[in-house]
Amino acid sequence: MIELRNIHKSFNGKQILHGIDVVYEKGKTNLIIGASGSGKSVLTKCTVGLIDPDQGQVLFDGKDFTNMKLDDKKDIRKKIGMLFQGGALFDSLTVEENIKFPLRMHASMTEKEMQARVNFCLGRVDMSGINDRYPAEISGGMQKRVGIARAISLNPSYLFCDEPNSGLDPSTAILIDNLIKELTEEFQITTIVVTHDMNSVMEIGDHVIFIHEGHKHWEGTKDTILKTTNKELSDLVFASELMKKVRSLG
Amino acid sequence: MKILQNVGEYFILMGRTFSEPTKASLIRKQIVFEINSLGLGSMGIITIISAFMGAVITLQTASNIDSALIPEYTVGFTARQSMILEFSTTIIALILAGKVGSNIASEIGMMKVTEQIDALEIMGVNSASYLIVPKIIAAVFINPFLAIWSMFVGISGGYLVAEFSGVVSTDAFIEGVQLDFKMFSIYYALIKTAVFAFIITSIPAYYGYSVKGGALEVGVASTKGVVTSSIVILIANYVITQLLLI
Repeated sequence: MIELRNIHKSFNGKQILHGIDVVYEKGKTNLIIGASGSGKSVLTKCTVGLIDPDQGQVLFDGKDFTNMKLDDKKDIRKKIGMLFQGGALFDSLTVEENIKFPLRMHASMTEKEMQARVNFCLGRVDMSGINDRYPAEISGGMQKRVGIARAISLNPSYLFCDEPNSGLDPSTAILIDNLIKELTEEFQITTIVVTHDMNSVMEIGDHVIFIHEGHKHWEGTKDTILKTTNKELSDLVFASELMKKVRSLG
Repeated sequence: MKILQNVGEYFILMGRTFSEPTKASLIRKQIVFEINSLGLGSMGIITIISAFMGAVITLQTASNIDSALIPEYTVGFTARQSMILEFSTTIIALILAGKVGSNIASEIGMMKVTEQIDALEIMGVNSASYLIVPKIIAAVFINPFLAIWSMFVGISGGYLVAEFSGVVSTDAFIEGVQLDFKMFSIYYALIKTAVFAFIITSIPAYYGYSVKGGALEVGVASTKGVVTSSIVILIANYVITQLLLI
């Protein structure tokens, strides 16, 4: 479980986050939605420690991450897996070396054990047999899946996904969503997904928070979002004709 | 003000780079890769430039000696001193600042904008140490060998000009090359090369690491890295020469 308490952040005098409180439950896919520039990515970066919040606390299973010593922070980070928007695979390493990287850094494994783990992770994301390919030699969707394989290689307790569906065709996007959902439930991971994609919200949104102008404006689930009366949320979620029809149906 | 900010940020980054070393087994592999990439990959250009430099110094010195009172061996002596003291160190460093420096700034800059550096940080890796230390160690180790190679090729270039153009006899050239040789000149050159190697790698790495934005900013960082490291090389050249030779 991850808990955010009263998170504030500003850049050059401009307030981006205004006292956000939220609890991300274990074994659930927690979605953060909001318009571009609303503060979703800043909130996520504050949570994983890439940016220090000006005020507030981030607690990983009750441990205060914001005020931890660097060594203790490293211990928490070993338990974090992250899928970046563009995959963020290391260009100079093969797919196999990319997945082995966190293992080499933090796990005491023999080469044989690492190889087995790589093959397991690649198999889990349906990408077996591409071990020797470089990131530039595989498609965007494959890069995302390899990114997930790298993120789960150390058996993380927390999985962060930054716009996992951006730039993917609808069927691959659904595949990635389902994969995230399956992994979350299978390994009881606390998963946080930052997304713009309303299909993702409807598919995997166990817990959804809506960020508007740096405030937590709404909180609920994929079922309650359809009945929302919140104007700003409705404007975002039901912007497309398709979503308007979905709402009218149910 | 901006310069002071850059200087401050550079030293903070260097502090971070050397404060938390990454696993030796991973760095070792990277160092070997960087020696090959940054050092051995520059052998071709260094060989060509040094050979022609030595040849031109020989021709110019010979053509400028009009007085019969100036001995012929001065040509070889000048070629040797010029190559060892300045050309194989400072000029080669400036050329490498362009070649290697732009490479480092753009490589690290691209890693920054494609979130690869964030990925390293999330994995609990000191990205500054992992990315910058192998480059610095590799350059500080291999560049003195490149300088020695440049000296050898440059003086050989001068010898070949003497042999084939006849502007000076080869015996006189060799006599000049051997005349009043001080081993300290080599030590001075190697110290300079090692300092320049640090500058060539660390300053572009800082600019690459500081990139915010996209491909355009990576290009700007690359240019800034080359220009700044070239200026710092010239300043360091003056300071080291003042300290060691005067």
